[in-house]
Amino acid sequence: MAGEDLWILGISMTKFGKHPDKDTLDLATEAALGALGDGGVEMRQMQVLASGNLMAAAAGIGQQLQKQIGQTGIPVYNVTNACATGATAVRVVAMAIKAGEADMGLAVGVEKLAGAGLLAGGARKQDGEAWTPSGRYGAVAALDGRVGTETMPGVFAQVGMEYGHRYGGTSFELFAKISEKNHGHSTLNPKAAYTKAMSAEQIMGDIMIAYPNTRPMCSANCDGAAAAVVVSDAALKRLSPEQRRRAVKISASILTTDPWEEACQILPDVNTLTRNAAKQAYEQAGVGPEDLDLVELHDCFATAELVHYDNLMLCEQGGAVDFFNSGAPFRDGSMPVNVSGGLESKGHPIAATGIANLYELATHLRGEAGDRQIEGARVGLAHVIGLGSACGVHILEKAA
Amino acid sequence: MSGTIPLVDYLVLDPEPHLVANECTNCKAKFFDRRNACASCGHTDFDKATVPTNGEVRAFTIVSFAAPGIPVPFVAAVVDCEGTSVRANLINVEPDAEHVQLGMKVHLATYPMGTDDEGTEAIAFGFEPLGG
Repeated sequence: MAGEDLWILGISMTKFGKHPDKDTLDLATEAALGALGDGGVEMRQMQVLASGNLMAAAAGIGQQLQKQIGQTGIPVYNVTNACATGATAVRVVAMAIKAGEADMGLAVGVEKLAGAGLLAGGARKQDGEAWTPSGRYGAVAALDGRVGTETMPGVFAQVGMEYGHRYGGTSFELFAKISEKNHGHSTLNPKAAYTKAMSAEQIMGDIMIAYPNTRPMCSANCDGAAAAVVVSDAALKRLSPEQRRRAVKISASILTTDPWEEACQILPDVNTLTRNAAKQAYEQAGVGPEDLDLVELHDCFATAELVHYDNLMLCEQGGAVDFFNSGAPFRDGSMPVNVSGGLESKGHPIAATGIANLYELATHLRGEAGDRQIEGARVGLAHVIGLGSACGVHILEKAA
Repeated sequence: MSGTIPLVDYLVLDPEPHLVANECTNCKAKFFDRRNACASCGHTDFDKATVPTNGEVRAFTIVSFAAPGIPVPFVAAVVDCEGTSVRANLINVEPDAEHVQLGMKVHLATYPMGTDDEGTEAIAFGFEPLGG
């Protein structure tokens, strides 16, 4: 990384799942104090706060959190970037430190999403009203369901199907097996929302949402928060040997959006911006895909995980199906992917996700992942994508 | 007043139904929405470009679960119309994975979607399999 290195000093996530007795601030507080405690620092040492939240984006969760855990007068950035919100919060703190405006900062992502159901997609107007063109398509009626689908399971189903059309080898069963892998991984993660193994047959027989995605192949809407304390190299050097020992290096921190390509405004192109982010991240970190010991990628749907094997260059172009079938992305394979259980079972409290996947990497790099530890893990990559689109990629490395 | 009105302004009903894109005069990028400028090159001048009515299914999903009031199942797809990608439903085909296939050849088709209190009939579009 240009300039001095950045480090994750402390990191924390709440258990993901249903938290009916906790509000947004309770969850954000638990994660923030957890990260501060993990790093052995206090709120008054933080010089910048980035707070990610999507569903209550106008509420100023950052300042509300300060009013619970410490009004120290530091700048707060309330950020929102769809499902890349958490990664964006980390990026904001990283940029503040690289700009020399701070040398310690806190990034928090929090979401209350349990029971939210389908995201995006609109209800229809009453019959009988005069047809009146409106909006940018001059539409006389809602287009969701009439001109394709606007709901996430259907959009990402097409993303996976398009990959199959281009390269072949995909099937309903293949996508179900990807989901089976992640549900299997989740059984070892006590912080996952769902920790039940499911067979491909069970997954295929579950409720169909948008073919080929059945319910367990969709990310789980749930509550949760995650937070990270990011510090500069100079700040880390002032801290104790124990704090330095557990610090995890941020070797790359990248955010991209989708460059214009034919069809990108018809079906969101989640591929190009991910590939661009991955390329930049590998270059910044000075590592290649072959150096990675584990990957947490954005499996918002089983159909999405497949294309990101390719986009993150974990396999050769067009080789994602063979890569999966080789067993590589299983936790005992050559390139473990989503050993946390992924969004399909760990859960997807939107703004928390991009920090929770850093928590997963850091926990393995520190050798503290218990039953699900990937032995000897030294380098990990975390990827999120927010439709619209924004892609965050971080590469973390174990302290030398 | 009675008559017909297209579901969207880029569906032209006469003389034969077809889609019309806003095409950047500089880089030829095509868009279906009202434009402020070109997302590809930044130019602000557009021409109307007729989109071929034949195409190939490049991606699809069969939506079984949608927002309230939207009839399911339906087939949502991306259709490649000789180089211009179009978002549309596939119609006049059984909505299951046996009848809908990637690479399937399809053709633009229209159907009435209802009449308002003034007697105007709205016409929607989709793509149907070519030659049964």
